[in-house]
Amino acid sequence: MEQIFNKLSESLFGQLNEGEHLILSFDGENSQFVRFNNASIRQTGLVDDADVGLKFIANGRTCSGGFTVSGNFDTDIARGSSEIDRMRIESEQIPKDPFLVMPENAGSSHEIKKANGLAFEDAVDAILPAVSGADFVGILANGKMFRGSANSLGQKHWFETESFCLDYSLVTPEHQMVKGCYAGSDWNQQDYEDYVKRSRDKLVLMERKPVKVDTGEYRTWFEAAAVADFLGMFSWNGISEASLRQGCSGFGRMRHDDVRLSSKFSIVEDFSPGFCPKFNSNGEISPDTISLIENGSLKNTLVSSRSAKEYGVESNFAEGGEYLRSPRMEPGSLNHNDVTKNIDKGLFLSNIHYLNWSDNAGGRITGLTRYACFWVENGEIVAPIETMRFDDSFYRFFGDQLVQVEDKLTVVPEVHTYGQRSLGATTCPGILVDSFALTL
Amino acid sequence: MKLNIDIKELLGAVDVPAQWVGIREVYEAHTPRMIRDGVPVANARSSTHGIMVEVLVNGQFGYYGTPDMTKEGVSRAAKKAYQQAEIASGHALHHFDESARPSFQGEYRSPYTKNRESLSAGNLNELLLDAYNSLKVSDKIVSASSLCQVIETSFKFASSNGSDINQEFLMLEFDLSATAADGTNQQTRTFGGMRGTCRQMGLEYFDKYEIMANAGRIGEQALELLEAEECPTGEMDIVIAPDQMMLQIHESIGHALEVDRILGDERNYAGWSFVKLEDFGTLQYGSKLMNITFDPTLESEFASYAFDDGGLKATKEYLIKDGLLVRGLGGKESQIRSGLDGVANFRSSGWNRAPIDRMANINLEPGDSTFDELIGQVENGVYMESNKSWSIDDYRNKFQFGCEYGKLIENGKLTKTVKNPNYRAISTPFWNSLKGVGNEDTFGIYGTPNCGKGEPNQSIRVGHASPACLFENVQVFGGV
Ligand SMILES: [Zn+2]
Repeated sequence: MEQIFNKLSESLFGQLNEGEHLILSFDGENSQFVRFNNASIRQTGLVDDADVGLKFIANGRTCSGGFTVSGNFDTDIARGSSEIDRMRIESEQIPKDPFLVMPENAGSSHEIKKANGLAFEDAVDAILPAVSGADFVGILANGKMFRGSANSLGQKHWFETESFCLDYSLVTPEHQMVKGCYAGSDWNQQDYEDYVKRSRDKLVLMERKPVKVDTGEYRTWFEAAAVADFLGMFSWNGISEASLRQGCSGFGRMRHDDVRLSSKFSIVEDFSPGFCPKFNSNGEISPDTISLIENGSLKNTLVSSRSAKEYGVESNFAEGGEYLRSPRMEPGSLNHNDVTKNIDKGLFLSNIHYLNWSDNAGGRITGLTRYACFWVENGEIVAPIETMRFDDSFYRFFGDQLVQVEDKLTVVPEVHTYGQRSLGATTCPGILVDSFALTL
Repeated sequence: MKLNIDIKELLGAVDVPAQWVGIREVYEAHTPRMIRDGVPVANARSSTHGIMVEVLVNGQFGYYGTPDMTKEGVSRAAKKAYQQAEIASGHALHHFDESARPSFQGEYRSPYTKNRESLSAGNLNELLLDAYNSLKVSDKIVSASSLCQVIETSFKFASSNGSDINQEFLMLEFDLSATAADGTNQQTRTFGGMRGTCRQMGLEYFDKYEIMANAGRIGEQALELLEAEECPTGEMDIVIAPDQMMLQIHESIGHALEVDRILGDERNYAGWSFVKLEDFGTLQYGSKLMNITFDPTLESEFASYAFDDGGLKATKEYLIKDGLLVRGLGGKESQIRSGLDGVANFRSSGWNRAPIDRMANINLEPGDSTFDELIGQVENGVYMESNKSWSIDDYRNKFQFGCEYGKLIENGKLTKTVKNPNYRAISTPFWNSLKGVGNEDTFGIYGTPNCGKGEPNQSIRVGHASPACLFENVQVFGGV
């Protein structure tokens, strides 16, 4: 893949005229997808995919393009050339872009992560025996992923990784479920079987008859996976500088009214674990860490180079959409063994589902409980709960209602496969909230 | 630049002893343009082109999606798909035969008169810039944008049992948005957002619509919302405009009726359904006024087509008739697995994803009330337009929606504007509280470009058309 991208890049850069610039980005994968239902195979197949994105800058204008890389050089160069021709014509027609971001050559990078992964032909036999007899449903996404960037000033980045992600649910006959996600680079059969066994053990708790809780406010524990979902909302009308400037961010109260979250709440964008490339689709490299919220106060937003120009602030080389790519929330002091004791009476929520802003300016988020969610009384788990809707503000649950933060961090990998398999992860602890509102 | 591929010839390059072989070719190009705050922020064109080779081995389908559309590429792809299917066949959830891929031949073309090239990049940028200027009615509009996107899709399908299908789509998406803000009081009004204008049509749209007048109205309404009171809280009647009804239908009917969900395929991702196989023919889903159709034939609706991605011919069918659940959204594979009648809804997001049960056009058929008659029945309630927030549980029961723009209804009349109108309810009680259905004059055609579902994930286009509707005694509330 890297050779294909390099050859294509060189050839396309060679077609530029004086005063024209080109930034190329590359996304590719060789993937296996096996879809399971009831511990059997529903669908199975392989996907090879690769796309090149082009950003053409000339005449004070920016035009973009993109095409599928077939692997056949003649086909691909013909596609690329026709894109350049089209963008060259358009750049004479469209209005000037006062905030265009010119490419730079700030140095190149190269990172290839080799792995002892799960061979495509071995996957089914590796996975299924450990789940036999269970109602196991989910997906294996497995194989290599590629990201690249190159610009006409000679800067080049390449990132290549191999990984698997088995994202699954186990279901009881009464339709209660436990979620699991076994992901990594090197496949270890024993480790996998141990992981699944822990899920199966957890499922036993789900066999108790579910209780119906009333709407109202409850002391609530959120496991790390649920906290990761809340943090995910910051990537959508949240932490983005452009969103704040354009009046559609829930962070407005922090920016304009100096509202603070809990001093126990800190998040950083942290690229050091290497879950995703440090370069963005413009080929810009972010600092290793960017402090976003420190002890409850807003330190930095995510700022793309375009926002930096438009709003006269400094870029931290965020992606164009200014979303979190590798966030980490700082741990606290609560040990997981002490969680139910510290809840005393209330809710233990493992996962949450289908979040949306119900009042963005007020920081209010609605969503639902899902999977292993329990009613706790006298510091003990009583039974799973029936699905409930919540609607509450992060200014409360990450603010004055946040009482304790877990002492250990969990890596929650990005598992989405819309268009392509995604990279990145959220690293965070669980949290205990004094009062959290269930509404339906 | 689009390569010309003869997939029937490529079918000949497949050299594996499969029970059945199919090749599906998809080319799709997106051409978005956007002006935000007076400057161009998108002038792009990106395309994707590839094939999915699918084989049936010992009753198990296996696939290989590849952008290599040469004979050698197809031959290699078929061998690897064969190997995947063969390994899986010992653990198959269901053993299919060729009847899962019926043989059909035919063509489809979206209705349009002006193609993408009928307006240049320069013309479109001018139009969007004019629209932006009309949106910016005051300095309190802190951000405004206008955008359009042309989507061109070409779909071909050929199989070893004689399917030969060619479908060409041209689609247009368009939106206007204005945000008014005063510190942390911030309100956005759109032309329906990403789901407002998305249809199978060409650039003739811009000849017919009064873009500038609508842009001015949207800007003014954003200001109006900034000054408006919060939506009241309480149980009351609501009249919902078609541009919110579309998502109400989508979330609390469409997804719930997908037969693959009912069969449990989606339990690890999108979720299950409160609907069970035995509910078809027996469940009173809603009031007698409720008639829901799967309608791939409505001209210009976003997800009209003649054949689904498994090659099945698509026809209009009632899903809910006079409130009674009669048919599910199950394609051929789900029909075989469940024994239920279904529809041609076996669809994929592109050449790199295998088809699954999806919505296409799911519509609420018009009734006979005028808009004034709907409003006139309400003593104390709220009228809501344009979705801005949506959420529903994994069984499709407990939903909550927020809208951009509300008006109080007092003694049968629309009165004050209210901001942040929200409502929540549970699907079947809610649909059984349907008390009035608007007539053809209140009917609007909408859709969504990104309905998400499936593992691996697939984002797909669906259409929803609906009249305005009146619901009784719903929980309504406002912002913080
Ligand atoms: Zn959807």
